[in-house]
Amino acid sequence: MNRDQVRTAFFELIKSYVRIQNPVISESSMLIDDLKVNSTRFVDIILETEDRFKISISDEEMDRFDRVGDAIDFICEKTVAAA
Amino acid sequence: MNRVVVTGMGIVSPNAINLNAFRQALCEGRSGIAHCPQMKELGFACQVGGIPPVSDQTVQEYMGPEMNRNSNASMKYAVIASVDCWRDSGLPLRGTDSSPDWDTAAIIGTCAGGADTVAELVGPETNAGRVRRLGSSAAERSMASCGSACVGGLLGLGGQVTTNSSACATGTEAIINGYWMIREGRSERVLAGSSEPASIYTWATLDALRVATRQSNDQPQAACRPLSASAAGLVPAGGAGIIMLESLSSAESRKARIYAEVLGGYSNSGGQRNGGSITAANPESVQRCVRKSLEVAKVPPEEIDYINGHLTGTEGDVKEIRSLSAALGRKLADMPWVNATKSLIGHGIGAAGSMECVATLLQLANGFLHPSLNCDDFHPEIAALEPRVPKTSIPFQGRTALKTSFGFGDVNACVIFRRWE
Repeated sequence: MNRDQVRTAFFELIKSYVRIQNPVISESSMLIDDLKVNSTRFVDIILETEDRFKISISDEEMDRFDRVGDAIDFICEKTVAAA
Repeated sequence: MNRVVVTGMGIVSPNAINLNAFRQALCEGRSGIAHCPQMKELGFACQVGGIPPVSDQTVQEYMGPEMNRNSNASMKYAVIASVDCWRDSGLPLRGTDSSPDWDTAAIIGTCAGGADTVAELVGPETNAGRVRRLGSSAAERSMASCGSACVGGLLGLGGQVTTNSSACATGTEAIINGYWMIREGRSERVLAGSSEPASIYTWATLDALRVATRQSNDQPQAACRPLSASAAGLVPAGGAGIIMLESLSSAESRKARIYAEVLGGYSNSGGQRNGGSITAANPESVQRCVRKSLEVAKVPPEEIDYINGHLTGTEGDVKEIRSLSAALGRKLADMPWVNATKSLIGHGIGAAGSMECVATLLQLANGFLHPSLNCDDFHPEIAALEPRVPKTSIPFQGRTALKTSFGFGDVNACVIFRRWE
């Protein structure tokens, strides 16, 4: 998967967790502060990301998911490493 | 001490979802019991049950995709019945940015509300060493208070939000507890009732205990036979019943429609003595519970016009009728009208009492009694009661109803309602 494909897939993945009307999701969006993702559900985004991109994410690495763009970069690094 | 009235109701039952459909189903004597292929596949002796016909689309309309994804059946039933009850009581739904409604509490009981989640998710994933894969909602779906917590968040309740659990007496007990909260001035309104999933895991335990019928798998609608000589066991079911209890002053100040007044109620236990056990009621405690209910309600026994019995379709039915007759001091031929809502919807376990309270209130408010199905071969030991049990839907102008519920653990709950005039 190239970065654009990861970006598209990750945007799609987080859509159902976003709790604002007519959201504009960008790479600079903060999942909790901007997109109002329920912090309790954050762990489900991590699990779904693992399944979708066939990677594993440690508890320490969850910090990389605060900002959408950082999460995409992280997924790209992991998928390259996995390949 | 505040007077307590009922200003709203909501229901999820095996024969209907929502109040109007349930009233119609009761009036028509429509059964919600059906063959359950999964029970057959899994080798249950009883292969019939009462599963509420709740579609995923219906759930989505009430709770949205995120909550739907993170809820079990008990939570979904509780939300549908509670939101319907809230709307029926004429209160506006509150947005997520509103402050909590400090004046409304919730007591939404269950017997085993999180059983499905534990059996299908927590147990298998934990045993497989995949705890980190449980997901965020395993905790909230496993806890006993999953239903009340879910409803409390959705409706923004700011009063006490809690869950009671006393097996098959749970629903009626919740309503009695809510009654006392308002009576003592601890809350203006209480959403009170219970929710129970139609869970094969809960049903399995009843099948193992040989208390579920196994003689009517090819005739589901004839399976639940309260008061019948051929009663062969209970029919497991699920659902939810929620009523809005409110202080009379609050109801009058907002000009709410009032269905009935809760005159009083009582809960007790037989201590598993003198014929009582984990599965059977001590007759003395049943009689005491009825008498104490009358005492709290300040209603003489002769004013009870109708009894919605616990009546499960087991050998307990005869004992229950004898206890009621003794407690009221009325011979069988002189008993109030009696019917068994379980003959239509099965035994909702933790939700039984609340669904049956909704049935009781609908009958009082709408002037009819629903038929008690499958008792044409009336039990000979209580034959004198037969004329007091409607076998078709009949007009009913009585004012005062007694609802009885009894549960495993030898626990009892009785509540008395009077039609609002």
